Amino acid sequence: MAEAEHATQLTELTWQQLRTLVSERALTGETMLLNMGPQHPSTHGVLRLLLELDGETVVNVAPDIGFLHTGIEKSCEHRTYQKVIPLTDRIDYLSPLSNNLAYCLAVERLMDVEAPPRAQYIRVILAELTRLASHLVWLATSALDLAAMSVFLYCFREREQILDIFELCSGQRMMTSFFRVGGLWRDVPEEFEEAVRAFLDYLPRRLDEYEEMLTENPLWKDRTIGIGVITQEQAIQWGVTGPSLRATGIAWDLRKAMPYSSYDHFDFEVPVGSNGDVYDRYRVRLAEMRQSLRIIRQALDNLPGGPVRTPDRKVTPPPKEELAYSMESLIHHFKLWTEGFKPPEGEVYQAVESPRGEFGVYISSDGSGKPRRVHFRAPSFVHLQALPLMAKGGLVADLVAIIGSIDIVLGEADR
Amino acid sequence: MGLESRLGQLGVVTTTLEQAVNWARSGSLWPMLFGLACCAIEMMATQASRYDLSRFGMELMRASPRQSDLMIVAGRVSRKMAPVLRRLYDQMPEPKWVIAMGDCASCGGVFNNYAIVQGVDEIVPVDVYVAGCPPRPEALIHGIMKLHEKIRREKLVETPRS
Ligand code: SF4
Repeated sequence: MAEAEHATQLTELTWQQLRTLVSERALTGETMLLNMGPQHPSTHGVLRLLLELDGETVVNVAPDIGFLHTGIEKSCEHRTYQKVIPLTDRIDYLSPLSNNLAYCLAVERLMDVEAPPRAQYIRVILAELTRLASHLVWLATSALDLAAMSVFLYCFREREQILDIFELCSGQRMMTSFFRVGGLWRDVPEEFEEAVRAFLDYLPRRLDEYEEMLTENPLWKDRTIGIGVITQEQAIQWGVTGPSLRATGIAWDLRKAMPYSSYDHFDFEVPVGSNGDVYDRYRVRLAEMRQSLRIIRQALDNLPGGPVRTPDRKVTPPPKEELAYSMESLIHHFKLWTEGFKPPEGEVYQAVESPRGEFGVYISSDGSGKPRRVHFRAPSFVHLQALPLMAKGGLVADLVAIIGSIDIVLGEADR
Repeated sequence: MGLESRLGQLGVVTTTLEQAVNWARSGSLWPMLFGLACCAIEMMATQASRYDLSRFGMELMRASPRQSDLMIVAGRVSRKMAPVLRRLYDQMPEPKWVIAMGDCASCGGVFNNYAIVQGVDEIVPVDVYVAGCPPRPEALIHGIMKLHEKIRREKLVETPRS
């Protein structure tokens, strides 16, 4: 009970701490300090921003994160390698499968195994569907912040169809944990191809509809063009990746630059913007969605047959039939389920292009069945650092548009 | 009963004040627009096109706790967020209800560690728990229906909860 009481005490900033965050003018009362969040509808989660305002103009923004700190990295150290996968779903909860993919690829490199071609293609399909779902939520919420309510309802309608496909494969709508080290949990069901193709035919029309509603909409352009600008140099210096980087005109996409999971087999373009403002980020993301559809179609057309789990016994348990007559297989099976597999000592960093940018997984192994340290490079965290840069000098009302446009997920920033 | 059925034909309905108040309260709950983590996305899906929470008179999410009477704790509550959550709860006017959505809010879920409060019932009184990680929108709606039932059974003269 004492702990619970302690938990309900708010800690306030001391003057000394405040001094480091705001300018001199705030201390004399010339500018106004304003708290935005952690309970605010357009911070996209539990983000607190300490704003320093001169009238309507933003003088400074100090993001305060950690309201969703979940201790995921620490929790990973108590689990065997396969059992970490459900935790990775919950880091960036808008694109669970991208996180799964990054983690599985990292462990696979550590173990020196590779997923079979069929598994790689299905991974690509599902990861791109995840990107579509994530971008749809982004479009829905950032349009809602700028008061375009109908877009919100439309985007969620489309997203439900993607979730239906996930549910078809795994039985879960969001946190599927479908990718496993060495391949997939199981093969996709027969109806999968038909469902995905139906969706591929359906979405382009809807995308046209969104573009009709927003791209040339004078209100939308007023609120987004020239807002939250970041230059190419600044973007690189601050480590900005993903659509926010590409909106400045740099065609950097890890799927092209460092292909993984057979992305080099597919033909697609990397859409770029030119001004690095909110409007360009919007354009880039919408163009990206069309490219994702292209990738999915190619992957479906050329989907290879074969197993979806590597035959390598290092990570894959022996087939059930074998357990009936082989003592060694039985022991191996038992060991895999109780202790897990043991990668050799060493460390690995694997990054994927998640819907938000470069999502990286760093694993350090001490040769036991559990990782020594796991770290996630979260694009949202990095983008939040660049937020003051984009917001300074702008109007406070535009801050909402900027936060929406960098598409942060607080679960990922805080982990 | 006899009187009521007669009056019914005249276009008059008799009821108790308690029933009328409870009917009104359960029919127009205003949830607070308050999302924490993954579960909040499913809460948004519950609001949106397919599941359409406005069928239950609940489409009006209020961003301010002072205008809402239902708090749906959608997601994991970290130690840093706990005091904020309690303050939000205190700012809501009576009568108020709380739904703990998801495993994390109910009991800590998969995160049994230093960072997460092991169930929001450590800091605010909870009326309905919804299991799942994340719960499907149907599950959340079921939880909301259960809360409606509970509200309809409430007594008017009851000592208010703290
Ligand atoms: S219950 Fe599951 S889905 Fe909900 S917040 Fe917790 S981890 Fe996320």
